[in-house]
Amino acid sequence: MALRGNLRDFTVTQLLNLINLASKTGTLIVDGPSETAHASFRDGKLAYARIGNEDNSLASILHRANKLSAGQYQIIRQRGGQMNDKELGLLLINAGYVTQEDIILSLHQYFTGIIQKLFTWVEGFFRFENEMLPPDDRINVRMDLENLIIEGSRHLREWEQLQDEIPSLDMALKFADRPGANLRNVNLSVEEWRVVSYINPKNTIRQIANATKMTDLEIRRIVYGLIQAGLVEIVRPEGTTLPPARMFPTEDREEQKSLVNRLITRIRSL
Amino acid sequence: MQTVKMVVTGPFSAGKTQFIGSVSEIDVVSTERKISQGTERAIKESTTVAMDFGRITVDEDLVLYLFGTPGQKRFDFMWEILSEGMLGFIVMVDSTRPETFREARSILETFRAYAPTPYVVAANKQDMPDAWPVEDMRHALRLDSKVKLLPCVATDRNSVKTVLLELLYSILAEMESGG
Ligand SMILES: Nc1nc2c(ncn2[C@@H]2O[C@H](COP(=O)(O)OP(=O)(O)OP(=O)(O)O)[C@@H](O)[C@H]2O)c(=O)[nH]1
Ligand SMILES: [Mg+2]
Repeated sequence: MALRGNLRDFTVTQLLNLINLASKTGTLIVDGPSETAHASFRDGKLAYARIGNEDNSLASILHRANKLSAGQYQIIRQRGGQMNDKELGLLLINAGYVTQEDIILSLHQYFTGIIQKLFTWVEGFFRFENEMLPPDDRINVRMDLENLIIEGSRHLREWEQLQDEIPSLDMALKFADRPGANLRNVNLSVEEWRVVSYINPKNTIRQIANATKMTDLEIRRIVYGLIQAGLVEIVRPEGTTLPPARMFPTEDREEQKSLVNRLITRIRSL
Repeated sequence: MQTVKMVVTGPFSAGKTQFIGSVSEIDVVSTERKISQGTERAIKESTTVAMDFGRITVDEDLVLYLFGTPGQKRFDFMWEILSEGMLGFIVMVDSTRPETFREARSILETFRAYAPTPYVVAANKQDMPDAWPVEDMRHALRLDSKVKLLPCVATDRNSVKTVLLELLYSILAEMESGG
């Protein structure tokens, strides 16, 4: 129970990546520069978010998304006092004011906005509470995180960090065989698509950069985003023959195996 | 006399010197220096500056050397030299310090680029209450499910043995599949 740290060292993008890959359920709480944000997840999908004291009632979100007129919004505020968001949502759909899709899209937009705000925080403590679920009386959505992660990686400007993430441009890329990694669900920019079109274990990252006329920084940033979203992996380029590594004092395969077996026996006996 | 070597690498203060010390039959020939100032001083008092060096005698014809790399970035010119001809490598990660995970990944990628040898990742200091769970670390470190990520307590010899054995099993498996 120790998923906690500082955004300085562990970015929101990396957190989303972790939540996505581990299909986590729970709530991420981030204490930012001036306010606290909560983002809740179910099975690695964003379900709900709120930030500071911002009014995140359904009525207010729909109003801000121009799905409710000022007049409608006023009436709901006056008369809908006891109603929770789920009840209100049903009522509005039944009354023909909004469609279910309007509601889902407006919530997506609103939650995305909160996550985008988080991307701009460079400092702040975070913790992930497994036990804390999104509130029952609120409408929960199921948003894939890949797009948010790619978006977050676009914010990454720090050369040094990118250098850390991708130390060698002489490695190649391959598409991840992780189930659920699907390029079709991701909104890639034109630049990103150009890189994607060259991904092949035979092409080094440097070759892709040359082919797409990108600088080291540009290619690193794009590759980093694709890696963070779990779409690609770094691999050793195919077909490169390495200088013969003198790992063993002998060339003979059987002697080499015997040597490793002796090592195993010895370590077991320690 | 034949010799083979393995490399123990990882970020500053991950437990590399401790790991080697727990199994080496000689006192680790360590190049520790007192840390004089800065944020690293708050974490510990001395650090490895060139390398650690440990030894396990297998039999009269064979010796295993364990090399530990310096953790501080400014000594990374040593890494490539130390990695030459290694049988495999171990990346140590301090499970209690997520702020070092990014660097651990970077070190891992750097070593992978040096040589196509097998490696394992040790999630060290699992005895500490604020250690991250191993499966969360797998995702944070972006390790494929095929990569061995092993819980580790470097102060415990049995734990260190397990990590070394897993690396050796991987080396053997690689030889058998490679023909
Ligand atoms: N509780 C606990 N402490 C550990 C463990 N492994 C190492 N330590 C402690 O962590 C600190 C750092 O360990 P070192 O072995 O010096 O780390 P290092 O990786 O060699 O550090 P540098 O050479 O400076 O990069 C020391 O105080 C160790 O005693 C562990 O498994 N559990
Ligand atoms: Mg050391």
